[in-house]
Amino acid sequence: MRYMLLIYAEENQQDEAASGTAAGAAPEAPEMSPPWMEYTSWLLREGIHSAGERLATSSSATTVRVRDGARLITDGPYTETKEVLGGYYIIECENLDEALEAAARCPAALGGSIEVRPIIGMPLPAAAG
Amino acid sequence: MTSAEPASVRPESETNAAIERAYRDAYGSVLATLIRFLGGDFDAAEEALADAFATALETWPRDGIPTVPAAWLTTAGRNRALDRIRRDRRQAEKLVLLERELAATEVATMQLGTEGGLADDRLRLIFTCCHPALPLDARVALTLRTLGGLTTPEIARAFLVPEATLAQRLVRAKRKIREAGIPYRVPLGPELPERLDGVLATLYLVFNEGYLASAGEGAVRHDLCAEAIRLAAIVADLLPDRPETHGLLALLLLQDSRRDARVGADGSIVLLEEQDRTRWDRAEITRGLEALDRGFAAAARLSHASVGRYLLQAAIAAEHARTLDGRPTDWRGIATLYEALSRIDPSPIVELNRAVAIAQADGPAAGLALLDELTAGGELTGYHLLPAARADLLRRLGRLQEAAAEYQRALALSDNDAERRFLRRRLAETGS
Repeated sequence: MRYMLLIYAEENQQDEAASGTAAGAAPEAPEMSPPWMEYTSWLLREGIHSAGERLATSSSATTVRVRDGARLITDGPYTETKEVLGGYYIIECENLDEALEAAARCPAALGGSIEVRPIIGMPLPAAAG
Repeated sequence: MTSAEPASVRPESETNAAIERAYRDAYGSVLATLIRFLGGDFDAAEEALADAFATALETWPRDGIPTVPAAWLTTAGRNRALDRIRRDRRQAEKLVLLERELAATEVATMQLGTEGGLADDRLRLIFTCCHPALPLDARVALTLRTLGGLTTPEIARAFLVPEATLAQRLVRAKRKIREAGIPYRVPLGPELPERLDGVLATLYLVFNEGYLASAGEGAVRHDLCAEAIRLAAIVADLLPDRPETHGLLALLLLQDSRRDARVGADGSIVLLEEQDRTRWDRAEITRGLEALDRGFAAAARLSHASVGRYLLQAAIAAEHARTLDGRPTDWRGIATLYEALSRIDPSPIVELNRAVAIAQADGPAAGLALLDELTAGGELTGYHLLPAARADLLRRLGRLQEAAAEYQRALALSDNDAERRFLRRRLAETGS
């Protein structure tokens, strides 16, 4: 089964500073810290790593909703909590116990939290033309 | 299947009793095997087992009661499940796999007694039903439904929730097992102690639901205690080298042994020190003490650190139970046990109990000093048993005015009628 590990953690000042890049420039990916390097290598060694990305800080987020035909654009993520979605992995595991084991090893599990969700998948519609 | 005796002489009542017995004793284990056979599909397994019982109702009166009802039901259930799948063409592929497995395991099943394969499946089922990824109320409902074989209305009545709510809880739990990929297996290695904790906590919760209910609610709720004891005995049987499995069983038996004495004629709760100990259930106490010994023996083999909260609480209950032989309560021993419990599971309630035990062993002044620390800590503010305990020690020290004030405070905080009556009586004794 495929599982997504949604990584929720508090953002620290350093993250904020790192994302403060020049206007119009895509934020540069900062160096991965050693625990994250180790964790990602572990997922690869186990052969369960399928994908994973780190997200820019939530201060760079914009939320879109459509209500009554009108687009509503607001600043920031739609959340009141301190912990925000900071990144994700997609892993291939036999069952939930394996996925939970992998999630527990994630550096953000200390202090933050990892939501483990099975992926149902979404078949792509046939390409037009 | 073979039958023990010719059917012609078999009255229907005897067959019905045998089927009821099989339902009671074998439901959980047969269902567990069917769930594994059907790749973790709880619903299909329940249907198949219901079919198997329906078949038993038809054939047992005619052909006789099988020698090993559990094995008969397992085979019948599997055959009925295969029939259903055969009827469903879309599952053709699954059928090929299942038939292959059936051929491979047929011989093994024929030799099935009540041990071996069936036991492994039952253990798998317990760990799946009590998986921490399921909400606690769902774990409880699923455990009682699948392992206990209780019906949905029975469980709903016992937990005082509408039947529809309970049914939905079960549906959601089964869906989560399927969709989240909760495995059907016994956890291995370092995972086992942690997961076993969850299993034991679920069973303890089932017991307490039945035990802490007020007496007026009657028999249905006591069924929960009996069921929890039965399941705890199964877990202790299946994992005999884990000390806490015996610890939980011992604790449940020793608590349950006071069942009749803890309820007064008017239906109110009778406090431990006021109970008529001749009404304690001696048979249950004996079983409880045996389980306790097995638990400490297992802990001695494993490691000292494997003595956990259930063994310690059972050991405390055992100290009270042993007074039935006419010996005085060993308060010094009880205080030591509370101290050990406090190291594993620190809580102000445990500290309160330890202080009371120390007061009994070393005199009220020693206990009062500990209670004063607890009062200063402030964690038990609003908890009526703290002023009640202080009042009791002050009374024994002859400080009656202070005692009266504490009884008043306890009275204001308690909402239990039996306790309030007890406190008023004591308050009157202070002369206030």
